[in-house]
Amino acid sequence: MNPVLRTVLQRLGLGIATLFVVSIIISLTIEMLPGDFARAILGQSATPETVAAFQREVGLDRHPALRYLDWIGGVVRGDFGESYASAGSLAGHRRLVADMIGPRLLNTLFLASAAALIAVPLSLFLGVLAALYRNSIFDRVVNIVSLTSISSPEFFLAYILIMFLAVKFPIFVSLASISPNMPFLDRLYVIALPTLTLVLVIVAQMMRMTRAAIINLLASPYIEMSRLKGAKPLQIIVRHALPNAWAPIVNVIALNLAYLVVGVVVVEVVFTYPGIGQLMVDAVSKRDLPVVQGCALVFAATYILLNLLADIVTIVSNPRLLHPR
Amino acid sequence: MSESAQTGQAIVPPARIGRRGRMSRVWRVLRKAPPTAWFGMIVIALYLVTAVFAPLLAPYPETELVGGAFEPWGGQFVLGTDQLGRDMLSRLIYGARNSVGIAFMTTMLSFILGSALGLTAAISRGWVDQVLSRAVDVLMSIPQLIFALVLLSIVGSSIFNLVIIIAVLDSTRVFRLSRSVAQGVVVMDYVEAARLRGEKLPWIMRREILPNIMAPLVAEFGLRFCFVFLTISALSFLGLGIQPPTADWGSMVRDNAALITYGDVTPLLPAGAIALLTVAMNFVVDWFLHKTSGLRE
Repeated sequence: MNPVLRTVLQRLGLGIATLFVVSIIISLTIEMLPGDFARAILGQSATPETVAAFQREVGLDRHPALRYLDWIGGVVRGDFGESYASAGSLAGHRRLVADMIGPRLLNTLFLASAAALIAVPLSLFLGVLAALYRNSIFDRVVNIVSLTSISSPEFFLAYILIMFLAVKFPIFVSLASISPNMPFLDRLYVIALPTLTLVLVIVAQMMRMTRAAIINLLASPYIEMSRLKGAKPLQIIVRHALPNAWAPIVNVIALNLAYLVVGVVVVEVVFTYPGIGQLMVDAVSKRDLPVVQGCALVFAATYILLNLLADIVTIVSNPRLLHPR
Repeated sequence: MSESAQTGQAIVPPARIGRRGRMSRVWRVLRKAPPTAWFGMIVIALYLVTAVFAPLLAPYPETELVGGAFEPWGGQFVLGTDQLGRDMLSRLIYGARNSVGIAFMTTMLSFILGSALGLTAAISRGWVDQVLSRAVDVLMSIPQLIFALVLLSIVGSSIFNLVIIIAVLDSTRVFRLSRSVAQGVVVMDYVEAARLRGEKLPWIMRREILPNIMAPLVAEFGLRFCFVFLTISALSFLGLGIQPPTADWGSMVRDNAALITYGDVTPLLPAGAIALLTVAMNFVVDWFLHKTSGLRE
């Protein structure tokens, strides 16, 4: 078999195995539940019968392995179970976790991809520029600014942006409330500030890593050679350094997109954007476990997929990795 | 210049170098530190002083209602009051103690756990190493914040739970680093000699390996502290971390965020306090990494 294909398939298998183990962990965490959990959900006035009924409905009385198989079997078919918000209430409206996650996941993906589309080209550009003029004033300023932006909590950046771009100079809106039948341009306008916050956070990371990757390469002998033969700095970077830098850079991009998945949680809460991050935070404070588990699985799966993608791209773009001694 | 000074010192009998020699050497390194590193060190020192002397510095108690809600700056309350009428400045000062203290404790715990396991894995190799490393791989494949959210939803949020959860999740990174740097040291002859001498595992860890991997671990401690601090602040901001009435910067931002829409900068103060400390720490670590890697060459 083609060695590239084999390595890629190996990684793919490893990724799926990881996802499987992660799903087991997420399901098993319920075993750590304190005994009074049903009471905490149903309130102090719950009778023993209600508590027992709740535990049966949730499946706490069954063996963990059985419960896991039930859950994961449903997940594969797109059924994440029922929210606790509907359990306990007798006959009545049933809220399916999948219905709660679905539309919000789309919203989150919309926000994340808007941020990625701006951040990736911008950070590559800035990273190459900083590597080209390293130790110049430009490099130092960019270095300090990006270090500051990385070290600040997301909500700090978000509130500063709100302060200046929504309150002092009302250019954008601070509440990113979005509705299903909103025109595309209006949506973009509404999510401008959350997007900008995310861009600030990940551009700093990606730019620094791009710069490091290129500077690392610039120390290698073949670059020295092209410099000695009199090639111009820009030419050296674009023609000689960049082709070899793609692997680490793509890796960096995928890792940061994976980071974006998590960074989105805080940003969604600040701007009350109806995404999956906010759903998860709400569910955690209500201790609505099926929703928490569903969200966690979606987040973990996205994270693992992006990391997998980073691995695969690194392998494909670097033939040296395909021939271990 | 400094080369000749050092050789000059070497002639002095060892007994006379003593503490003074070390102090002046530290001073010489510090004097050459870039301004960003100086800025970082001064900021960290200020935070420490504030945290230690919080009760003396704060004009009002941490949790007492001393005025009306959302009183403006100036007059009786320098930075106004919060949503319940507690003095903002006092809570900011106590926040240095609570937020930074809790983050520091968590990082310490994560380091003790992570480096102990990492060194164990590096020294014993074989199946112990395999089991620990695979377990860490799996834990690291779930984003930390998400995992913390799942665990918090199950055990409920209290400071104790928070510290344990974040410390365990974060120790995975410490494990990876300490294991990989220790692997280079474990194969050294002096470690083998200690083992043949019949020294036990804790002794080998503490006396033979730990001193040799201290520099990367110290730098990592700074970075992990920043990360832990930001994670705990984020959780508190989401209302799932440090719970009221404890004064904490993350939850103070959340509680007073409404003021932003009136153009009031008060909620930015605790957020800025978080950012300033992590920036300062990053500057120092940056310089330290540069320094230690430069010395080795």
